[in-house]
Amino acid sequence: MLAIGVVGGGLAVVTLRNIIHSAVAMMICFGSLAGMYALLGAPIVAAAQVLIYLGAISVLILFAIMLTQAGDASLPPPYHRQMPIAIVVALGILGLVVWAVIQTDWGAGAELVAATVDAIAIALFTTYALPFEIISVLLLVAIIGAIYLARRPEEDERAG
Amino acid sequence: MPTLEGYLVVSALLFAIGAFGFMARRNAILMLISIELMFNAVNLSLVAFNAYLGPAENTGAVFALMIMAVAAAEVTVGLALVIAIIRTRQTAEVDQYSDLKD
Repeated sequence: MLAIGVVGGGLAVVTLRNIIHSAVAMMICFGSLAGMYALLGAPIVAAAQVLIYLGAISVLILFAIMLTQAGDASLPPPYHRQMPIAIVVALGILGLVVWAVIQTDWGAGAELVAATVDAIAIALFTTYALPFEIISVLLLVAIIGAIYLARRPEEDERAG
Repeated sequence: MPTLEGYLVVSALLFAIGAFGFMARRNAILMLISIELMFNAVNLSLVAFNAYLGPAENTGAVFALMIMAVAAAEVTVGLALVIAIIRTRQTAEVDQYSDLKD
């Protein structure tokens, strides 16, 4: 059921003509993924998915669409000339990965091992403490870069 | 009862859809959305591995959280770039970004 939401939402993203419809389909897809994470016994990842993807990234993308597509009534054809090649390549990737998944003996237990919040927090602040700190610097750099890129050039002249 | 293989096949499907969208669509913002779909496919496979294979210290879930943080940074900078390009070129169609070719 959730898999239908994920795959159907994903298909709708790449096939719908109107880009705002695509963004809403993307939110459906990400919401179903959050449900899958909860089913997989990783509630903290599900919560992060809802907060970051459904809350932040979707709103960011919707804002970007509304800033740039205002009054764009005539929708251009959505696909490149290279669309048939893209279908072949995507099906090739799919076939290869599915073949690898089926061929491999994972030795997986039937029962789920739940990733509790405690265990993840301990791993995050002991084993993975250095990557955690580096990510904070990365986010700061991304914020500064985004502000610099999105600034209009004429604001410089007014300020300086 | 869903199996590990089931989750991995869904993840592969989502990755293929994202790759197709990135290669076939002409809108720059939709290409960014397709990149997000591929990120999420990888995240799903990591969380599924973590749940079924149960490594010490929950490596898969921690990596999924870190990928989310990096994806948030990536989409911030990517959207700022796309908006700057659209502002100068007045179009979101990647076919028309051909200054270096002409």
